[in-house]
Amino acid sequence: MRKLLLPLASLIILAMLLSACGAPTTSDEPAVIEVTAPGYGEVLTRVKERGRVVCAGRTDLLGFGYLDDDGRNIGFDIDLCRAVAAAVLGDPEAIEIVPVTAAERGPVIQTGEVDILSRNVTWTSSRDAQWGNFTITMFYDGQGYMVRADSGIKSQDDMDGASVCVTSGTTTEKNLAADFRERGLDFEAVIFEDTSSVYNAFFEGRCDVTTSDRSQLAAVQAGADNPADYVILPMIISKEPLTPVVPHGDDQWFDIVKLVMYALINAENPAYGPITQATVDDILASDNIKGKTVLGAEGDWGYSSLGLDADALANALRAVGNYGEVYNRYMGPEGIAFTLPRGLNEHWTEGGLIYAPPIK
Amino acid sequence: MTDSGSTQPESANIRPPSPPKLLVWLRRNLFNSWPNSVLTLLAVGSIYFVGRAVLEWAFFTADWRPVTNNPMLYLVGQYPRDQIWRVGASLLLVSFLTGMSWGEWRGIMRTFAMLLAGGLAVLGIIPAGGQMGSLAVHVFFLINVPVIFLGFLLGSRKFVTGSWVLGGWLFSFLVIPFLLRGIGDGTVLPTVETSLWGGLLVTLILAVGGILLSFPLGVLLALGRRSSLPVIKIFCVMFIEGIRGVPLVTILFMSSIILALFLPPDLRIDRLVRALIGMTIFSAAYTAENVRGGLQAVPAGQIEAAKAVGLNNFQTTLLVVLPQALRAVIPAIVGQFISLFKDTTLAIIVAINELLNIGKSILQSDVEFLQLQLEVYVFIAAVFWVLCYLMSFASRRLETALGIGER
Repeated sequence: MRKLLLPLASLIILAMLLSACGAPTTSDEPAVIEVTAPGYGEVLTRVKERGRVVCAGRTDLLGFGYLDDDGRNIGFDIDLCRAVAAAVLGDPEAIEIVPVTAAERGPVIQTGEVDILSRNVTWTSSRDAQWGNFTITMFYDGQGYMVRADSGIKSQDDMDGASVCVTSGTTTEKNLAADFRERGLDFEAVIFEDTSSVYNAFFEGRCDVTTSDRSQLAAVQAGADNPADYVILPMIISKEPLTPVVPHGDDQWFDIVKLVMYALINAENPAYGPITQATVDDILASDNIKGKTVLGAEGDWGYSSLGLDADALANALRAVGNYGEVYNRYMGPEGIAFTLPRGLNEHWTEGGLIYAPPIK
Repeated sequence: MTDSGSTQPESANIRPPSPPKLLVWLRRNLFNSWPNSVLTLLAVGSIYFVGRAVLEWAFFTADWRPVTNNPMLYLVGQYPRDQIWRVGASLLLVSFLTGMSWGEWRGIMRTFAMLLAGGLAVLGIIPAGGQMGSLAVHVFFLINVPVIFLGFLLGSRKFVTGSWVLGGWLFSFLVIPFLLRGIGDGTVLPTVETSLWGGLLVTLILAVGGILLSFPLGVLLALGRRSSLPVIKIFCVMFIEGIRGVPLVTILFMSSIILALFLPPDLRIDRLVRALIGMTIFSAAYTAENVRGGLQAVPAGQIEAAKAVGLNNFQTTLLVVLPQALRAVIPAIVGQFISLFKDTTLAIIVAINELLNIGKSILQSDVEFLQLQLEVYVFIAAVFWVLCYLMSFASRRLETALGIGER
């Protein structure tokens, strides 16, 4: 009996430990865990003391966060982080990108381990409640379909009974199933664990259709031997508003990040110049009052109360350029990653959703 | 069996000339009965078809650009290229110390030194793309070879003792992390955050760090498990059984994510260190069980004899029990370290940019690479195979040198 005591006791303790850790993670999203949130102004103080803005990012998504030949981490999401560093510290290089996996996105921002989470996070209601404050949507992505150009498929109605290549266990798979079910159509899912296998299978002709976020489809199409052989259909079956996130609790930091994002968007407005990386200094020297207002050189429209220097926004624009420049750098017609028409990501003056409140 | 001629030497003169050795060997081993002949033909056929397909793929179909374009990424990941000399300096230090160890201890260290010199010479000679293709990098790799021999010459000197070399290794393990990361706030050396380290560099840091830290911890746990003090014993048993009952992935996940949720926000442990801690405690639990096997193999008479000559408990354990116990379990421990080396790839789930994760990032670094995952993964598998094979080769030499299994 005494021999049994020890293993039994350790088993019980282990079971208690496991149930304590296992219980909160049974739902889809990590549960709310009591974390000491930073107070007003704490993040900015921390950033200035440290001399670096720490962003959670990634190195493995073309266009958004990936590696160039020198091993530097570049991409759309990374540039947003650089813009904040330039505004707050005056140096776009004063950043540290911490690569995180999809599962770690919630915890790193909940614990305040990073100052900004800029790693293709789709803004959802549950994440907004649990993870942190979602600033403003900087990229409207959405799930789409890619088919072979000669397949004759124009919309979902042509896809009844089609085989669809998709990654397993993702929201992509759920959206696909929901879309077909709503339309009362049948499909045969060809499921793979990782994305490369999905596209390989599609190119080898093992399925008629493949589905993913449209930005990813554009990258895959550009990488095909003959991109013109494939078509990305125009319909979008899910909303993926990709948004930088900041920790809960520090409203000042929340406002600063939003202000920088707004500056990038406002700078693209043709009414203000538009202000580009190259023309920032010309506009500052000119008598373009509207442009100088956006750059913070004409009056103080709330910048100083957030603890920002007068040249903070000018620095951000010098570092990465306006929204259109950031977009085009990676995904424009001459983009270094791939080409994706802006669509919903057009500036609001062009009919898109990229919109910022006025500076007054 | 067919060699009946040897028993009748007088008839050997009139036998026809014996067929060539190869044919004899073939007939004896591959075609000695008709089922064997069929199997041989089937095997040859399938080897031919599979081998041909593989070679055709490797030399004609495969697009090796993700590998050849910039091999530096596989070596150091994002490590800033203007600070890369720090990785080089660390490598030079290791080369020199390996050479010194060879000079001092000979035997197995000679094998290690030769393998290192050979590997670096190959890296220095083969053409490569990107930054690896630059003359400076080639020259650097080649310089390591004479440095190893320089270390050998110094190590062979009479006045250089084993404690010098051991001290040198200890010094290097303490200094290399600081050399790579920078000291303090970066006034002396610019700080290179561990989030920028990557590739083979991180794989080796996780493996070597995990092995070096888990071994002493494992030995202590094994001794603790046999302790007569109940508190120590219960703690060690719970630690070992608790860790061994959980997959490594879970431990990495716990140490990286769950732990961070419970720590106060101003106490942040570096992510690479968190992964290293996870690897270490996992490996320590298994090492402890291996070592316990060795401890049990030491006959009780040895301990009684040690007591009889007046050694105290500590001396008995250190001088009599452990040397015999560890010697007996070297194959098991080396096997476990090889698996730890391969397990470093699991750090991918906590976003550590080790070799496999860098491969994934490289696939996403260019639209033309997106579909080339087979090439990248085959290359990474080959790198792991070579390194693991070298480890098991070295362990076999070590066993021979120590005479294990020959008693």
